[in-house]
Amino acid sequence: MQTNFIRKIIFDEKSRALLIQTLVIGLFAVFIYLIAQQTAYNLEKRGISSGFDFLNISAGYDISIRLIPFSSEDTHLRAYFVGLLNTLMIAICGCILATILGFLVGIIRLSSNWLFRNIAYVYVEFTRNVPVLLQIILYYSILLNLPKIKQAFVIFDTFYLTNRGLFSPSPIFKEGFSIVLWSFIFAIIFSILLKRFLKKKQEQTGKQYPIFLINSAIIIFTPILLFYVLGMPLEFDSPVLKGFNFKGGMVIRPEFLGMLFGLSIYTAAFISETVRSGIISVSKGQREASQALGLKSSFVMRLIIIPQALRVIIPPLTSQYLNLTKNSSLGIAIGYADLVHGFGGISLNQTGRAIEIMLIVMLTYLSISLTISLFMNLYNKSVQFKGNA
Amino acid sequence: MSTVTQNFSRNKYFNWAVKNLFSSWVNTIMTIIAIIFVYEIGSFFLNWSIFSADFRTNFQGEIITDRTLCSKNIVPGEYGACWAIIYARWDQFMYGLYPVEETWRVNLTYALLPFAIIGILFDKLPFRKLFIYFTFIFPFIAYFLLYGGPGLSTVGTNKWGGLLVTLFLGVTGIGLAFPLSILLALGRRSKMPIIKSLCVVFIEFIRGVPLITLLFTANVMLPLFLPDGVNPDNLLRALVAVTLFQSAYMAEAIRGGLQAIPKGHIEAAEALGLTYWQTTRKIILPQALKIAIPPIVNTCIGLFKDTSLVLIIGLFDLLGIGRAALADMTWTKLYYEVYVFISLVFFIFCFGMSRYSLYLEKKLKTDNS
Repeated sequence: MQTNFIRKIIFDEKSRALLIQTLVIGLFAVFIYLIAQQTAYNLEKRGISSGFDFLNISAGYDISIRLIPFSSEDTHLRAYFVGLLNTLMIAICGCILATILGFLVGIIRLSSNWLFRNIAYVYVEFTRNVPVLLQIILYYSILLNLPKIKQAFVIFDTFYLTNRGLFSPSPIFKEGFSIVLWSFIFAIIFSILLKRFLKKKQEQTGKQYPIFLINSAIIIFTPILLFYVLGMPLEFDSPVLKGFNFKGGMVIRPEFLGMLFGLSIYTAAFISETVRSGIISVSKGQREASQALGLKSSFVMRLIIIPQALRVIIPPLTSQYLNLTKNSSLGIAIGYADLVHGFGGISLNQTGRAIEIMLIVMLTYLSISLTISLFMNLYNKSVQFKGNA
Repeated sequence: MSTVTQNFSRNKYFNWAVKNLFSSWVNTIMTIIAIIFVYEIGSFFLNWSIFSADFRTNFQGEIITDRTLCSKNIVPGEYGACWAIIYARWDQFMYGLYPVEETWRVNLTYALLPFAIIGILFDKLPFRKLFIYFTFIFPFIAYFLLYGGPGLSTVGTNKWGGLLVTLFLGVTGIGLAFPLSILLALGRRSKMPIIKSLCVVFIEFIRGVPLITLLFTANVMLPLFLPDGVNPDNLLRALVAVTLFQSAYMAEAIRGGLQAIPKGHIEAAEALGLTYWQTTRKIILPQALKIAIPPIVNTCIGLFKDTSLVLIIGLFDLLGIGRAALADMTWTKLYYEVYVFISLVFFIFCFGMSRYSLYLEKKLKTDNS
């Protein structure tokens, strides 16, 4: 009777699955319990207290690269936000630059010119087969070896490239500039509506409108016109060499530039490959058919090739954005004050709350990753094949 | 090509050049720009790295023992590389601080490594079975040679460095992650909801956070998790992080292979009365792994590059040794020489792996058609 019962459990698929899963959960719980107990014991023995109260203690260190004001008296919580903003800033700038560079290189890789094609190929192979950390450190040391402030490279009489970063004029917004900004946003919204309207009209009448031209004119000229009407409410504070340093203006520090170049040059190599394979994936017949219909070559690219290529490009592009964002944590190697460097490094050393801090940092990266995937998946849905196929 | 054009063509090189370089005015201008670009960059780099560079000796024939003897630091206007730093630090780049009289052990391991790998890489190799056996014995031989044991003195991992650490983390990380990743990939496709969700959470968590946070966690928190007596050294802690990291990425590559297997194969195997593990071992995995090898190799390239991150937690891999060399006052400021050298080493390994992955992709295509 008993053996029969055991047999039934082992040989019946459902009850066996239940048994295995119960065992796994049990083992997992024991594992977690043992680790938790050991950790609590170890923490107590070393006299490390735990909890999240440290977030309200003043940090006691300074962060040189920051988007919001921060001083050493501010709390660890504020240090977290400074680091988070720096991480987001480098990730966004890096993604934009990497996308531009990657698309450019990807298209050059398909150029009919043999030399251009192969220059791009060499670039791709050399950048993607060398660790991104090494590249970041290399570009950073190049930036640190630029001329000193006194012998700065002057670009267009306004930018000064030195070993302490790129000095550039800083904008001063005067009254009325917000109107210009708002007009820009409204122009974009208006142009989207206009595009929809004209598209509908085109479908009804068959007449084509230069939508792209009209819209770019609206988006570019409305703010510019307003800018002049309002009496140019924007001035620039140019950096001026005084003594040993520049006065005024703003400085883009070499740590930021090193990270930006390293991340975007590295990621662009991968993006270019996805762009290339995306364009190749559009079958030759599509191009030939659209040419046979008499479409101009610019239309062939914009209306036929790119929309289909995007379907293939977007998913791997998403994972490249995720990689870039995760790689932005390497700022610690050259002193770029991102989340891992400031909050995950210095705060951790000062408070000793390793578990809490690493948990916060990891959860933050997880939520950034999830947000990027979410938005890219939404975008992906909008470019995917529509219809009943 | 029609016979008419063939008759008109003067020779095939000329035709090739016209087609690929000078097909139109725009193309011609692009070609000229590209030639100037390649010439400028290429001549600068060749001059810097070879023609006006110092290797062991400077322009006066003296052996360079510190950076002040480099030609570029003596002759104004000279800019050539000073490779003497690589010569001077060669042992560190290769072995770290491994005792000099024992480095033959590392060399022997390096020499045996290709034999341990080659059996996995090429399936038509003669005596492949023997090589595969060797693959399984190799970890023990390598452990004995590198760490020491009966008859060999113990060399602690704190003495390891340079290429040794890079290769150790790369090869061992991949080797340990492989079985783990198969289990994770199978678990993710399992019908048991609890096992499936555990695997999904693990994989997505690891893939969602940067490797550096895992390295930090392993470095700071592993000692907190473990009982008093057990205290893994720094290299082992890094290895744990690297293995977990790699297993998550590899599992996703293998999952791709698993998904490509037609359902009919599984159903046919079940109909024949094979158990889950028999089906998996004999029907699914051999096919799935074959399809998944190119993406697996790609994750391996990624991991190999990512081993450079361990310098942030204070280990001396290739890049760490390079930075240590630059921190030395006798050699400081020779950044480009060191970084270009390390880049070249990484490039050779990674480019080799990517060529292998391409070769496999081509082979798979012809196999299946």
